Amino acid sequence: MRRNETIRVVGLDTGYSDRKHTTVITHDINASLYSRELTCLLGPNGAGKSTLLKTLTAFLPPLKGDIMIEGRLLNVYSDSDLAKVIGVVLTERLNINNMSVDELVGMGRSPYTGFWGHMSAYDRHIVDESISLVGIDGLRGRMVQTLSDGERQKVMIAKALAQETPEIFLDEPTAFLDYPSKVEIMQLLQRLSRERDKTVFLSTHDLELALQIADKVWLLDKPHGVTIGTPEDLALKGEMTKYFQRDGATFDIESGLFKIDHKLTDSITLEGKGPVANMVRKALARHGVSTDAKDNNNRIYADESGISLNGDSYPDIDSLLDAVDSILDRI
Amino acid sequence: MSRSSTVILMILLGISIVGFFILNLLLGSVHIPFDEIIGILLGRNDGNVIWTNIILKSRLPQSLTAMMAGAGLAVSGLLMQTVFRNPLAGPSVLGISSGASLGVACVVLLSGSIGGVALSKLGVIGEVTITLSAIVGSLLIMALIAFVAQKVRGNVTLLIMGVMIGYIANAIIGVLKFFSAEEDIRAYVIWGLGSFSRVSGGQTSVFIILMLVLLPMSFFLIKTLNLLLLGDSYAKNLGLNIKRARLWVIGCSGVLVAVVTAYCGPVVFLGLAVPHICRGLFHTSNHAVILPASLLGGASLALLCNLIARMPGFEGALPVNSVTALVGAPVVMWVLFNKRKNDV
Repeated sequence: MRRNETIRVVGLDTGYSDRKHTTVITHDINASLYSRELTCLLGPNGAGKSTLLKTLTAFLPPLKGDIMIEGRLLNVYSDSDLAKVIGVVLTERLNINNMSVDELVGMGRSPYTGFWGHMSAYDRHIVDESISLVGIDGLRGRMVQTLSDGERQKVMIAKALAQETPEIFLDEPTAFLDYPSKVEIMQLLQRLSRERDKTVFLSTHDLELALQIADKVWLLDKPHGVTIGTPEDLALKGEMTKYFQRDGATFDIESGLFKIDHKLTDSITLEGKGPVANMVRKALARHGVSTDAKDNNNRIYADESGISLNGDSYPDIDSLLDAVDSILDRI
Repeated sequence: MSRSSTVILMILLGISIVGFFILNLLLGSVHIPFDEIIGILLGRNDGNVIWTNIILKSRLPQSLTAMMAGAGLAVSGLLMQTVFRNPLAGPSVLGISSGASLGVACVVLLSGSIGGVALSKLGVIGEVTITLSAIVGSLLIMALIAFVAQKVRGNVTLLIMGVMIGYIANAIIGVLKFFSAEEDIRAYVIWGLGSFSRVSGGQTSVFIILMLVLLPMSFFLIKTLNLLLLGDSYAKNLGLNIKRARLWVIGCSGVLVAVVTAYCGPVVFLGLAVPHICRGLFHTSNHAVILPASLLGGASLALLCNLIARMPGFEGALPVNSVTALVGAPVVMWVLFNKRKNDV
């Protein structure tokens, strides 16, 4: 068994409505989400990522169309039933003081505990397990307000795990985190989808990361609507270029990632191989110097043994760039 | 905070209640020996009749009233602070106590000018009328707030609505005062100073029974309150019906304030201060701890305030409101100064 369809969306319009106005934000979405898959929702600010996420998690009613979760229509779920099907991690910053990590993760058991909220031995076991799965055993006794952003995000993911829902929805879980933490959270979510058969759906602005780790990508954009596929399929079909083409950046089909375009005004010949040559090429490109020319008067040689320009050797790339500037007569 | 130290603190709070309660019976402008007090309480009526009257008709009902009122206001304040996620919320913020004042103002101030009888002269009937008018006034305002709560989304909006309703009630009171007889205004102002001794005789037992029914009911809300701490979105995702929860919490808090205000007048500060003191003491926001702690703390602090208000030397008793603020404010400031980072 590779995966199961857990959520199906048919002809969905999302947006806001009150008595006078209806504002449609995303129009006619048809899509499915699967268990054991990490799906990333990508799109520029204002495309309606949050609105879509809020609609799928029943915080907002759909304007039109149906959302089926585990074979049942979303709007027939009661609040307490839904709490056992969808767990969320939100962007809103928690404003809780004097609650320990243990207690907060324990709140994830609320849909299962009785009137007084008393936890059974089984509930405690699930909380312990969720905490270890996320790898935050060391934080158990800490108060929530003393945690870093990344730690807090993990605690909320543990809360969602303790909720034991087949679906986990996360609104920009990697925002405000440093890069290693972003990678860590994404890898954690991917691992959970595999190990626990979860359907993980998250919105993010971290394009590079999403393209490397997501099983599916939903590209959301005002003019194009939503386009869905594996990052690789979308790249081959040219969808990536269509969505994210901007001045100064192009989608590199070779690596499947984005590249920043540098304006190249000069050229120089670069010889040599290996990481040193690659780094010199990268530094020169940022410096506006192309290294494509094969027969330039100026010649750089770079490999593990060192870097030289027209026979003079340089200790590092920084000093090489100074030399390149003076040779090219640049100010 | 560990389980055992929580239990120890709770027991200490309980002991402080017993201690202040005994001191409330013991101290006063008339000195009554301790063994005599015990005798009177046990029903041995062999002693001084005046002493018996002082204990049974004055000090005992007053102490019981203070205890219940303090507990009620503290619990009510805690519920308000949680549901509005605002540390400055207290029983008076939603205009519920203003509603009680409006009810009393209508009856006290209008009885003279319209009915031709100054209510302040009517004795027990007057007292019952004042109590009923306070309850009716505050429940009406509470119904209005509950209705608004179903219509507006944000908690801040609701809070501001409540404050505005309070202003309107106070404005109407101002207009009523303008048209009233001087002695009625005096009666109203005295009611407004707050007192644990205003209620007399049979009314005290009605008040105590009401509070003994209402206070335990707040314990049904512990799980709801803990979920509300997470914010509306997380709480809803964990299966809580936000609108219904908000209605229950505001309703419970409102009824407590209404009853206390009706019997004791608008007692300020305890409701705001006690939850902060308890959070400072117990270092937790878990309502399974902080709710009973606030209940005990409120009872204890109210008894202390009542004691100070009646200290020998302050013959004739100070207004309770002055004492609650004088005692409560420094305590809150002390807690805030000593708190660990971001505790409150």
